[in-house]
Amino acid sequence: MSANTMSYHWGKHHRSYVDNLNKQILGTELQGKSLEDVIVQTYNNGDLHPAFNNAAQVWNHDFFWDSMKPGGGGKPSGELLKLIERDFGSFEKFAEEFRAAAATQFGSGWAWLAFNPRPSDGKELVVLKTPNAVNPLVLGYTALLTIDVWEHAYYLDYQNRRPDYISIFMEKLVSWDAVSAKLEVAKAQAA
Amino acid sequence: MAFRALLTRRTLAAASGLGANGGVATSFRGLQTFSLPDLPYDYGALQPAISGEIMQLHHQKHHQAYVTNYNKALEQLHDAMSKGDAPAVVKLQSAIKFNGGGHVNHSIFWKNLAPIQAGGGEPPKGSLGWAIDNDFGSVDALVQKMNAEGAALQGSGWVWLGVDKELKKLVVETTSNQDPLVTKGPSLVPLIGIDVWEHAYYLQYKNVRPDYLKNIWKVINWKYASEVYEKECP
Repeated sequence: MSANTMSYHWGKHHRSYVDNLNKQILGTELQGKSLEDVIVQTYNNGDLHPAFNNAAQVWNHDFFWDSMKPGGGGKPSGELLKLIERDFGSFEKFAEEFRAAAATQFGSGWAWLAFNPRPSDGKELVVLKTPNAVNPLVLGYTALLTIDVWEHAYYLDYQNRRPDYISIFMEKLVSWDAVSAKLEVAKAQAA
Repeated sequence: MAFRALLTRRTLAAASGLGANGGVATSFRGLQTFSLPDLPYDYGALQPAISGEIMQLHHQKHHQAYVTNYNKALEQLHDAMSKGDAPAVVKLQSAIKFNGGGHVNHSIFWKNLAPIQAGGGEPPKGSLGWAIDNDFGSVDALVQKMNAEGAALQGSGWVWLGVDKELKKLVVETTSNQDPLVTKGPSLVPLIGIDVWEHAYYLQYKNVRPDYLKNIWKVINWKYASEVYEKECP
């Protein structure tokens, strides 16, 4: 992920979402609420309020930077790996599902590994793909990992080759430490 | 990422064996397949409004992918239908909408654009010009409206000037992803569609979609839009 991409993605796109959200909620009852509260309220069960897109995208991008680190990649370990193996069969099967979700999200969106505190099938870890700004928060899940598949996330470096971008993300960027930390929090909250 | 030499579409067509007319062929099973239509101009012909690099990627990679995947989905649909597999038929609908829509929309888009030497940017005359003045006040006002709606569209999609062939009225509409204009109303016929997916402008305009929208009007082919309009509203 080039410095060029980062300067636009963080410095322009993410910054715009923040600036525009602040403008949108100024003087409204959303001002002063936590970002998560703004997201859930403006999601409005799918009947989106205008501020939803900016609010959710602010959160999503914060989460995306957190999902990566320099010298990332490799495999998870400990409790996280155990749960991945329990719910997906193997790390390889999880990785395949995650990559497929990221590659097949049509148009703009995100792919996620998330924690479902109330799974009907006993599988707490799920892979999801969401359109535009939608994230697992609005579904009642806890996000653990995300990859941005809006074209702006990869076009300067990979053009139309989204699968190449996804591969590099998995091989060189994903921060399994961050994911493990989030899993711990999610499990503590669910307990 | 500099393109030292922009291949013209003719060179490319010769190299890849594409037919002179993008269109429909019939496979041995009697199933119609689709192919990438040729551009009526070189990749670099719309510069500086749209870079040759973008035109080449947009046509050869993005549109081609829609065509390839549309054909694949149609073949799978044909199989599912002949087996009477209703769940499979239903499941294929989104792939058909995405990829078929992508093929339909981009085929219109290439005709919506023209080099300046070929009349790109020249304002509409005749009945379409009058209709625009009637329904929007002026071409400028229409452009402002389309640019505002195009800039405000969240995610990926298109902004359209269409004509309602029943009501004989012009409309400005947006659609998400690759939904064709007809998904907003069965009597809507597209006159001009502007692609606001990031792939349509990112390499040149980066995050500044409004600049792309401002500049694309310099190469919009109003002649084509007029032809379509006059056919629906003679």
